[in-house]
Amino acid sequence: MESGLDLEYSFNEFLKGFGLSSEIAHIIWLPLPMLLVLVAAVVGVLVTVWLERKISAAAQQRIGPEYAGALGVLQPIADGLKLLVKEDIIPAKADGILFTAGPILVLVPVILSWLIVPFGQNLLISNVGIGIFLWIALSSIQPIGLLMSGYASNNKYSLLGGLRAAAQSISYEIPLALSVLAIVLMTNSLSTIDIVNQQSGAGILSWNIWRQPVGFIVFWICALAECERLPFDLPEAEEELVAGYQTEYAGMKFALFYLGSYINLILSALLVSILYLGGWGFPIPVELIAKFLNLPINAPFIEVFTASIGIVMTVLKAYLLVFIAILLRWTTPRVRIDQLLDLGWKFLLPISLANLLITAGLKLAFPQFFGG
Amino acid sequence: MSIAVTTQFICFTVLSIVVIIGALGVVLLESIVYSAFLLGGVFMSVAGLYLLLNASFVAAAQVLVYVGAVNVLIIFAIMLVNKKEDLKPINDIKSRRIISTSICLTLLSLLIRVDLTNVWSLASPQNSIGEESTIRIGEHLFSDYLLPFEVASVLLLMAMIGAIVLARRDVMSKDISTGLPVDQELIEKSSEPLLTNKN
Repeated sequence: MESGLDLEYSFNEFLKGFGLSSEIAHIIWLPLPMLLVLVAAVVGVLVTVWLERKISAAAQQRIGPEYAGALGVLQPIADGLKLLVKEDIIPAKADGILFTAGPILVLVPVILSWLIVPFGQNLLISNVGIGIFLWIALSSIQPIGLLMSGYASNNKYSLLGGLRAAAQSISYEIPLALSVLAIVLMTNSLSTIDIVNQQSGAGILSWNIWRQPVGFIVFWICALAECERLPFDLPEAEEELVAGYQTEYAGMKFALFYLGSYINLILSALLVSILYLGGWGFPIPVELIAKFLNLPINAPFIEVFTASIGIVMTVLKAYLLVFIAILLRWTTPRVRIDQLLDLGWKFLLPISLANLLITAGLKLAFPQFFGG
Repeated sequence: MSIAVTTQFICFTVLSIVVIIGALGVVLLESIVYSAFLLGGVFMSVAGLYLLLNASFVAAAQVLVYVGAVNVLIIFAIMLVNKKEDLKPINDIKSRRIISTSICLTLLSLLIRVDLTNVWSLASPQNSIGEESTIRIGEHLFSDYLLPFEVASVLLLMAMIGAIVLARRDVMSKDISTGLPVDQELIEKSSEPLLTNKN
């Protein structure tokens, strides 16, 4: 596999040109990708919020935001600014420390998980060896934050919402992890880079969605449930629980929940595209195009072109899935809590277990198709 | 000292302080909810210590199992039975505290003695496996540690079946000792435990 564009190396070489030691160059480099990913996540949220408003309007035959910028594109920024200047209220009988720590515990693991999202061969913060396992581990911290804010609000709706969120997230984590495990079995690696490279052989034909159709559907359902999106938004079901664990929150603390849920949605969409839709891969392999145009694969021009195609493809696939999630939210009714738990434990769990078993069998029978 | 070593030292100090203070808080705080949340913090810091030791897989497993499953279930159970209950004051609380403190201090001194007298063989940085550890753990689990691994899974299965039997009363429709039909109502409803002797 070609190394592709390596920005870190070039940047460090550039700084060393000024006579800095490699250690200091590394330290100057470290915050840059983190900042970039944080900005990318926030911009992604703004785009998603705008999409949500526009698509929901279209689904309900309204116009939606129109006056803030062209087609209302500035509306999410206006929303954010409004939340930023709102009064920060802690209810008198709430538990101040836990009330403040709750939203932080919800948001931080989600943002940390962006560590492993690759936009290209070298375009990720850190290619840690445990890769996708890190995301599964980090996403299991979130229910603690939800329980914490539900408890600290000292409100029965909040507590019920927090309990529901924890129950939902525990029961859907298991099928989610099992369907990821099937992919890992095929890849022989936990690293997200290896997972994408394993799918890059023959363009669209080698994407995991064809080899793991059941896993794809199970993963997508579980990801929606983990993001608490409709049809699984029971923790904040408006008609039953006011707003669930967010009921007592206002201003920036509420914004943290809001941001967290949207960043989580985009993250899940990105991970579905990485695990099942070939990540940064173009439907037709770039190597073939380069060969067709008679260009060497490691020419600087081709490298920049490949990297930008990679980013565009990753974002495009992710936003296609975000679009489906938004469409689902505005067109499907909410399930009941017992239906939700039944679906998780009695349907998705056995199915994902069987999927794992069949994948293991197929891997032994056809090692050339299912990763040897 | 290079920057990497300094960072490592600072991280180690902070994590150790958080582990010790958090663990003391878990034991000493009156509020059970705070104890449970602090326990989560302690588990997270221990995961951080694993990360410092280059054992990233173990750290992630620690977060997934202890924070994501064990601690969440503990908090869940505490909140589900969120009863405001005034506990009866115990008469000889002072002597009990003195006894338990002395037992804990004895155990601590024993541990410190083991720590000081044992010669720890430290792996040199060249020999550390780092990112390879996931593969190495898998190899060990399916070769020389196969039997403990399988026995642990059987144990978990037994615990699960036991929990299901306890939670679902319709599994046993008759009280074993008295032969009376078992109350099939909601679990929250107070009823006689299954195995008590009704006279």
